[in-house]
Amino acid sequence: MVRAVASVPLVLAAGEGGAGDLSSGGFFAETAWIMLVLPFVAFLAIILVGKRMKGLGAELAIGAMGVNLLWASVLFVQNMFEGIYREVNLTIGEFGTFAGRRLAFELGFVVDGLSIMMYWVVAFVGFLVFVYAHGYMKGDIRVPWFFASLSLFAGSMLVLVGAPNLIQLIIGWEGVGLASYLLIGHYWEEKENSDAAVKAFLTNKVADVGLILGTILLVPALGTFRFSALSAAADAHSEALGGVAVAGALLLFFGAMGKSAQFPLHVWLPDAMAGPTPVSALMHAATMVTAGIYLMARTFPLYHQMATEARPWMVTIAVITLFVLGFLALVADDLKRVLAYSTVSQLGYMMAAVAAGGYTAGLFHLFTHAFFKALLFLGAGSVIHAVHSNNMSDMGGLRKEMPVTFWTFVVGSLSLAGVIPLAGFWSKDEILATLGHEGYTAFMWVAILGAFVTAFYMTRAVALTFFGTYKGHGHPHESPPVMTAPLVALAVPSVIAGLLNIPGVSWGPIRNFTDWVGARIVPMGDYHPKAIEWELAAYGLIAAVAGIAVGWRLFAPDAETQQARDRLRIPVLYPLLHNKYYIDDLYMKGVVNPVKGPLARAVDWVNGYVIDAVINGAGAVTAWLGGLVYGRLDQQGIDLLLNAAAGGTGGAGGKLRLLQSGKVQQYAGAFVVGALLLVVAFVLVT
Amino acid sequence: MDWFESAGLSLIVFLPAAGALALFAVPKAREDAQKWVALLTTGLTAVLAVAVAANFNYGGSEKFQFEVSQSWIPAIGARYHIGVDGISLPLLVLSAVVTVLAVIYSWDHWEEPRNVRGFLALILLLATGMNGTFVALDLVLFFIFFELVLLPMYFMIGIWGDSAKRRIPVLGRTVTMRLYAAIKFFIFTLFGSAFMLLGFLALYFRSGDFLGENTFDIPILIALGSQNAFGSGTFAFLVFGAMFLGFAVKVPMWPFHTWLPDAHTAAPTVGSVLLAAILLKLGSYAFLRISIPILPDMAREWAPFIGLLAVIGIIYGSLACLAQTDVKRLIAFSSVGHMGFVMLGIATMTDVGFNASLIGMVAHGLITGLLFFLAGSMHHRYHTREIARMGGNQKLMPWMGGIFAFTAMASLGLPGLAGFWGEFMSLLGAYRPLAGLSLSQFQTYMVIGAVGTVLTAGYMLWMLQRVNLGEPKAEWSDHEFHDVEPTEWLAWAPLIVAIVAIGVYPRIVLGATTDAVVNLARTAFGG
Repeated sequence: MVRAVASVPLVLAAGEGGAGDLSSGGFFAETAWIMLVLPFVAFLAIILVGKRMKGLGAELAIGAMGVNLLWASVLFVQNMFEGIYREVNLTIGEFGTFAGRRLAFELGFVVDGLSIMMYWVVAFVGFLVFVYAHGYMKGDIRVPWFFASLSLFAGSMLVLVGAPNLIQLIIGWEGVGLASYLLIGHYWEEKENSDAAVKAFLTNKVADVGLILGTILLVPALGTFRFSALSAAADAHSEALGGVAVAGALLLFFGAMGKSAQFPLHVWLPDAMAGPTPVSALMHAATMVTAGIYLMARTFPLYHQMATEARPWMVTIAVITLFVLGFLALVADDLKRVLAYSTVSQLGYMMAAVAAGGYTAGLFHLFTHAFFKALLFLGAGSVIHAVHSNNMSDMGGLRKEMPVTFWTFVVGSLSLAGVIPLAGFWSKDEILATLGHEGYTAFMWVAILGAFVTAFYMTRAVALTFFGTYKGHGHPHESPPVMTAPLVALAVPSVIAGLLNIPGVSWGPIRNFTDWVGARIVPMGDYHPKAIEWELAAYGLIAAVAGIAVGWRLFAPDAETQQARDRLRIPVLYPLLHNKYYIDDLYMKGVVNPVKGPLARAVDWVNGYVIDAVINGAGAVTAWLGGLVYGRLDQQGIDLLLNAAAGGTGGAGGKLRLLQSGKVQQYAGAFVVGALLLVVAFVLVT
Repeated sequence: MDWFESAGLSLIVFLPAAGALALFAVPKAREDAQKWVALLTTGLTAVLAVAVAANFNYGGSEKFQFEVSQSWIPAIGARYHIGVDGISLPLLVLSAVVTVLAVIYSWDHWEEPRNVRGFLALILLLATGMNGTFVALDLVLFFIFFELVLLPMYFMIGIWGDSAKRRIPVLGRTVTMRLYAAIKFFIFTLFGSAFMLLGFLALYFRSGDFLGENTFDIPILIALGSQNAFGSGTFAFLVFGAMFLGFAVKVPMWPFHTWLPDAHTAAPTVGSVLLAAILLKLGSYAFLRISIPILPDMAREWAPFIGLLAVIGIIYGSLACLAQTDVKRLIAFSSVGHMGFVMLGIATMTDVGFNASLIGMVAHGLITGLLFFLAGSMHHRYHTREIARMGGNQKLMPWMGGIFAFTAMASLGLPGLAGFWGEFMSLLGAYRPLAGLSLSQFQTYMVIGAVGTVLTAGYMLWMLQRVNLGEPKAEWSDHEFHDVEPTEWLAWAPLIVAIVAIGVYPRIVLGATTDAVVNLARTAFGG
């Protein structure tokens, strides 16, 4: 079969063996670039004409996303039956030589198992969230701008996941960062919100230093920025990567830690909940925050073949993230923050899997998580919409008023908690199996304990929100169909998506998820279980059920809810969790404030009182000398020279003022004379 | 189009000056006619510059094209020698285009004491100096154009500048800002130029040792340099150092930068724009055109030092930005940081680094030029530049705020916009500098530079937050704000388009520069 790779670099030859059975995908793969471009068209169109449209531009955003969903779905289904690979790179500028090779920047797109899965998740969840947002944002401020920014996000995200090279990935990467900044700060009248937006941008910018430097270390030496070349080089244990593989890999990972909110760069994500809830669902749960996981998956051969020493560090960070940060969800009163910490923790699971060597396991959890976490956020949005508060202390007993929201939320929670046979159970089980198989036994147990915590805080959230009696104001009622329909649509995959990758089970000609995302130019060679390990699955399930039981016991009966929560205020532990382990304080008080306060002022002081003092001092001395000479010698002949010198300071000020009152002709004349004098001087000198 | 081949560049250089003269044929009261004269001459100049770019042979961008070499001052062997190659072409086009935009913007933005004719004449004269510097291939010619820009800018700042009074630390004197800034700018630059001139003269006299007769001709001197004629001894060291002073002040590199914040803050809007967009490029351009190819051995020797000053500039400039309370002064300081990246690229002495500096210069010209336009227009409406008094700008003027945010994003190096490439390529160059330079030293610079990008993002976002976001302050509640006006749109739209276009398709610049810088690095350093 033909593989459509525009100008395949030579190094690829090394990795061609396992990719020979991939199809080039036909029309929809050929035109996949449309998905990358369309949202930007929508973005511009909404800015220009959105205000004048009936739906304030939402229809443009939804329309573009609908077309994308069509494209992505066709590719998705195609790839179910037969792996697709197509890569196109267009040069946007050669820029010099590096290590003896000519280097160029390129843009393009790649259609393979990994990117197709991401295209579809972004388009599917994106489409549903856009529709939901159309209802959610009705009557809100700046609706056209909101949908423009959402489109900007969608476009950037697709540019990111469709990137065939690191440069394009960086462009998409910071593009989604920009959209995130804009949308977190959507209600920028409040300083709290714009603070959150700036925090998100800056934290990510810190991480991006890793991404940029990692890129610089790893790929230019290969003569290209392409992932295919990087993968092939790693697969072939290329010498060009020797020596820098581990450092480069860790730097890229550092970049991923920012976007995917890994400890200790997670601080921006909970604050990002300041944005409207559809934004939280789409960007800060289902798609954007998985960009780091995606990057690790995209560059997986590097970690799998060459930078193996980097992996224990990465797994450690990921496990800290999934366990330690999950606890923070236990003390939050803001429903969205509970979900945010849950997202951080689940990203830890994904990262742990990919870092440990479970390419498929990590991506599968990314896949299922996108559904149930988007569902949970949209459900939370539905509740918030109804009670006009984010706080669970203003909720309670809503299961009767909001049945659709309630039931779908429960489905999402059970899936997240990892209850069989829902999607989350299967994907989490694969992660546990991977950790165990790759020799991270202790971490595997930590991850099982983490599953207990997950089930616990989700039960708490469900209990406080939907059970007991209503504690808020007004009369909440169920959201309109435009909002509940997406909930139902997301609930379906939250239940059944797990069936797509049950080890050892296949569905006729439809291949498994493992094969879908395995359609890459270089074989991934990761570990994925061939059969269900029932014992391990049982441990995970026990943890989940235990978490639900404990959570229910503590929080279900509403009369005792407050008491129960007080009971949780364990000394030391509660303040520690409530203050988010003091990490935010450390950053603000330890770094940000000193830099923008004393340090910046000190530099400014040096500028005025040290460097400039030398300059002004020199001027003053010159003026003084000028005065001295003027006093001693006569003005005749010398004063012309003198004026030039003394002009350095106040002396000429008065003269300039004189000049001002005159006409510019005179200045021009003076200048011409000066230039002529200069030429004459030259002639005389020689 | 033979006439265009031979006269095109000369027209680009002298049309504006001719326009300046023509202005004085127009009666003083006929302001509209004066504006049209200025617009037509700068417009025609820009069209010619674009035509040069269109007819430029990009396959041979390392060679000088549209070259003219005529006897000029035979007594000293100075020739009227001009031409463009891939290094100067983007800057020439930038200069010609930004000048038109400055005239368009000036259409209905006047600072006291108005005097339309005088102000326009200065813009035109400035254009001649700027365009001339980018095409000059003779050191005397270069020097004259390089210095020519001083006077118009001096008068622009000194006459139309900020009339606020400020007490100068150490000097202990209260001065009018525009006078202080204008004189500081002038003397500072003149100080550097004096050394630069010494360097030029030294090259001139030494060139005779090899050629039999002395020459100011840049291509000839470059040919000598590629054979390393000027050696690596004390002579070359001093000559490089003298020229370094002249160019470094102009860039400006830390610690020769202190004229810049004062000049920018005090200058009228158009003055700031031209200063930032073009004048700052004259120095860094001169490094690539003169210092490095003529004295390559010294360039290599000085490189670690230049790199050091560059990264100090990046960090220092960013930190200073965080302390500013005046929008314009903040943007001015941001130039110190951005030009630090430009100079870091140059210091790596690699083609990638040179290219980084060139695309960085173009991007900085577009972006910071636009930022100064915006700062000027906001000052025009708020009658203050105090950040603390602003807030909610996005609400008062949605388009203005939006463009301001866009430009700030471009300035902080957002990938996909023009500013990213220069930063990225500088860091890439520093990762693998010219063979013989200390790897660990330059890789340290790379890391420091990368940290600088975070600080840059920090001060830009903080500025945006304070100026654009939040609720407008009470003092503006009954103040009427006009959002972006037609002349502003006309002046800004091309910049916005260019920032996006170069961000997505850097070949617009790299297509001209790459072969030229590859050739530059090869002839200078071999390999």
